[in-house]
Amino acid sequence: MMPASGYALAPAGPQAARLAQVFWAFFAVCAVVYVVVVALLLLGALRPGAAAVDEPARLRLVAAGGVLTALTLVGLLVVSIHGGHQLNPMRGAKDVLTVQVIGRQWWWELRYPGTAPDQEVVTANELHVPVGRPVLLRLVSRDVIHSFWVPELHGKRDLIPGHDSTTYIQADRAGVFRGQCAEFCGTQHAQMGFLVIAEPEEKFQAWLSAQRTPAPPQEALSAEARRGQDLFLHGTCVMCHRVAGTSAGATMGPDLTHVGSRATLAAGSLPNVHDHLRRWVADAQSVKPGSHMPPTPLSAADQDSLVTYLEALR
Amino acid sequence: MNDALAATWSPGRGLSAWLREVRHTEIGKRFVVTAFLFFAAGGIEAALMRLQLSRPANAMVGPDLYNRLFTTHGSTMMFLFAVPVMQGVGTFIVPLMIGARNLAFPRLSAYSYYVYLVGGLLLYVGFSFRAGPDAGWFAYTPLSGPAFSPGKRMDVWAQMITFTELSALATAVNLVVTIFKLRAPGMSITRMPLLVWAFLVVAFMIIFAMPAVVVASSCLALDRLVGTHFFNHAEGGDHLLWQHMFWFFAHPEVYIIFLPGLGMISAILPAFTRRRVLGYDVVVLATVTTGFVAFGVWVHHMFAAGLPQLGDSYFTASSLIITIPTGLQLFCWLATLWRAPLRFATPLLFVLGFFVTFVVGGLTGVMLAAVPIDLQVHDTMFVVAHLHYVLIGGAVFPLLGGVYYWFPKATGRLLNERAGKLSFWLTLLGFNATFFPLHMLGLHGMPRRVYTYLPGSGWHHLNLFATVASGVLALGVLITFLNVIVSHRRGQRAEANPWQADSLEWAVPSPPPPYNFADIPTVSSRAPLWEEPSARGVVTGLATDQREVVVTTLLDAAPDHRTILAGPSIWPLAAAAVTGVGFIVSMFTPWGLPVAVALGVPVMVGWFWPKGRPTPLHAEQPGTKAA
Repeated sequence: MMPASGYALAPAGPQAARLAQVFWAFFAVCAVVYVVVVALLLLGALRPGAAAVDEPARLRLVAAGGVLTALTLVGLLVVSIHGGHQLNPMRGAKDVLTVQVIGRQWWWELRYPGTAPDQEVVTANELHVPVGRPVLLRLVSRDVIHSFWVPELHGKRDLIPGHDSTTYIQADRAGVFRGQCAEFCGTQHAQMGFLVIAEPEEKFQAWLSAQRTPAPPQEALSAEARRGQDLFLHGTCVMCHRVAGTSAGATMGPDLTHVGSRATLAAGSLPNVHDHLRRWVADAQSVKPGSHMPPTPLSAADQDSLVTYLEALR
Repeated sequence: MNDALAATWSPGRGLSAWLREVRHTEIGKRFVVTAFLFFAAGGIEAALMRLQLSRPANAMVGPDLYNRLFTTHGSTMMFLFAVPVMQGVGTFIVPLMIGARNLAFPRLSAYSYYVYLVGGLLLYVGFSFRAGPDAGWFAYTPLSGPAFSPGKRMDVWAQMITFTELSALATAVNLVVTIFKLRAPGMSITRMPLLVWAFLVVAFMIIFAMPAVVVASSCLALDRLVGTHFFNHAEGGDHLLWQHMFWFFAHPEVYIIFLPGLGMISAILPAFTRRRVLGYDVVVLATVTTGFVAFGVWVHHMFAAGLPQLGDSYFTASSLIITIPTGLQLFCWLATLWRAPLRFATPLLFVLGFFVTFVVGGLTGVMLAAVPIDLQVHDTMFVVAHLHYVLIGGAVFPLLGGVYYWFPKATGRLLNERAGKLSFWLTLLGFNATFFPLHMLGLHGMPRRVYTYLPGSGWHHLNLFATVASGVLALGVLITFLNVIVSHRRGQRAEANPWQADSLEWAVPSPPPPYNFADIPTVSSRAPLWEEPSARGVVTGLATDQREVVVTTLLDAAPDHRTILAGPSIWPLAAAAVTGVGFIVSMFTPWGLPVAVALGVPVMVGWFWPKGRPTPLHAEQPGTKAA
């Protein structure tokens, strides 16, 4: 379920497919050039001859090599520019889904705008997209430079503070694709991953409307979870996190309204299962040293209650 | 007469003389030795990183240390090894190759060395006090700025940059004047050795590229120290400004490192092919062209930043165009090597190793010039592989060949050939096995600068393979280090021209006497030592009781006038110390600058204090005669 890497040459979208085509074209030309150069070197070096040479004749060959190089490069330039122009085939396309991608040290915030402010969906480290529909990403950084990269869908696009930018992606098949910050962004750059979950339109819409609902009311929670909610709302968690439908409204850390429904923890670093969640809450620094999540000193019973509550936020 | 010359040009004995040293051979050797020590330090950092990456979720090195390791590794290799080692080789070899007795500004070269040394020590003192920089060797803002890098780590980096760039600028000016004005009579600009051409082009590139980074690092230091907003977007600053200024310097920097490597190949080939390099004009023009075009390609480091497509296309084109001059040089060397009576000594092996490794880096460079490919492999292990193929293949292989080639000239002893060949094969195999797999890792999504990766990523096999191979590479380099240490004391004695080479440095004894040439030679061809002895001449009429040299005209190298070069002096060391105090205090308080000026005035007065009365002209005019 949780891929830990992505392969640039196994494209799952039109942009990555174009990029892979250009890559293979260049690779083929470069491989031929390499073989020719090494063959000339070996053939020349392993068959000793005389010191005297016909210099003008050889320089004509050098010149021919130069002309050939130039012509090859012109060909490659055309391939490159043509490929680059085709990268945004959806510009002007209708039925575009817009998502705001916000890079933070060291996690990703994703915002799906709604028709009204309370219809906006806010989630973290998990970008759900419908299959076959163009997605316009509005890329924003809140701190340092990050770079948005999902190898199977598209190349990189930097998130530069003060230079908001946009890019299009589209998934042509359902699946889970790994994304990763590609611009060094500080201590935990290595563990700033995310998942792109491409699903059919109906499933995507179902997910979206589920995400629009606030957290379950207190009455709907088990006794244990209710105890956990109490710890959550009266502990340090609310200093940074938001849970819609409760009094927790901070935006320093990821929105936890539906944290129980997410596949990973700690920006794509751990599968979201009970033991990992418990460890993450108790001592995030042991998982992701340097992250901004402080340790939460709680008794084992309190930890269980808190994690039970978080898991109930589905 | 040689005794008189030796007395005039010798620095004397003892510690004081050692500190006052201004001979280019000695300063050059100090540069090279110091640079290789930093190379070893950078290698140890690389080994630690490779060990950390040998398995997923490894707990050996934490993120904070890893980030300091890769930043210090990159900064060391670029600023404390690659550029200074080329400065050192240039300082050592250029006067010998052009028939001069020293550099034009001997004291400036000593100053250049000491400033470099202080900058290098600053980085490592910082590193050992946990204040080593940790934002990457290109230190992108805002990560490297005051808001996200509190403490002194990035100040250490910014000032280290300033030190090394100052040093490089001083050497560059020195090389330009030396090459233009101190060439032996008759060595017209069209007879200059190709390596000297490479150093000339590189010196000009330094003069145009380094100011950009000095400005950039000073702006960063100002942002950090006194709260300016050059790189604060909230106050009208701009982060792309940093990237443009940095890469405007740092891309030419790659060619500053690697053009001398190409020049070394042109210098080494004749001795082992028994031929002059074919296409002298082509190689010279290619070198000059590379020097120009190198300034027009920097944006290919920024394709993912989202600049306008037309601009990107321009930089794709220019980045492809720069392949042509390099390709032409390769073809000239292939034509030189084609069916030549080769002598497979270690220097030639490293040259051949250059071909099979560097060309890989050149071709991945062609790939990276294409925006569509760059967007995928930018900032991944693919780029790590590419830049190591270019810099190790293009600069370190020729440099190691150069070490084997010129070691007898520098020390009077030959390096051991068997150890050299073993070192070559281990280095070649180890290097390729370490770095080739990184191309695949990059395509499989592994970013650069990550201290760990997930167990399920599938990256561990290639990483483990690369780590094991890096041990082979390290062993190969270590053998050359040991070879240098042992042969320095016990190596076979070398005569003046052990390789039967063609250029002037081989005309003087090994190691060269303090005055280099007992008689300044005159030159009548591009391969002066391959001329009939009857065709060789010397300059007459130079004073032996003063450091007098003949100054020649820029293009034709016709004797023009004579001048007296500066002798040993303690002031370069004092000036470097004041520079060091100024830059280092500036990390803590803006008062560093006025303090440095206050201390610097008496030092400059001492440096430029007139030494006695002007020397009267000699009755005898300088001239030339057949030897």
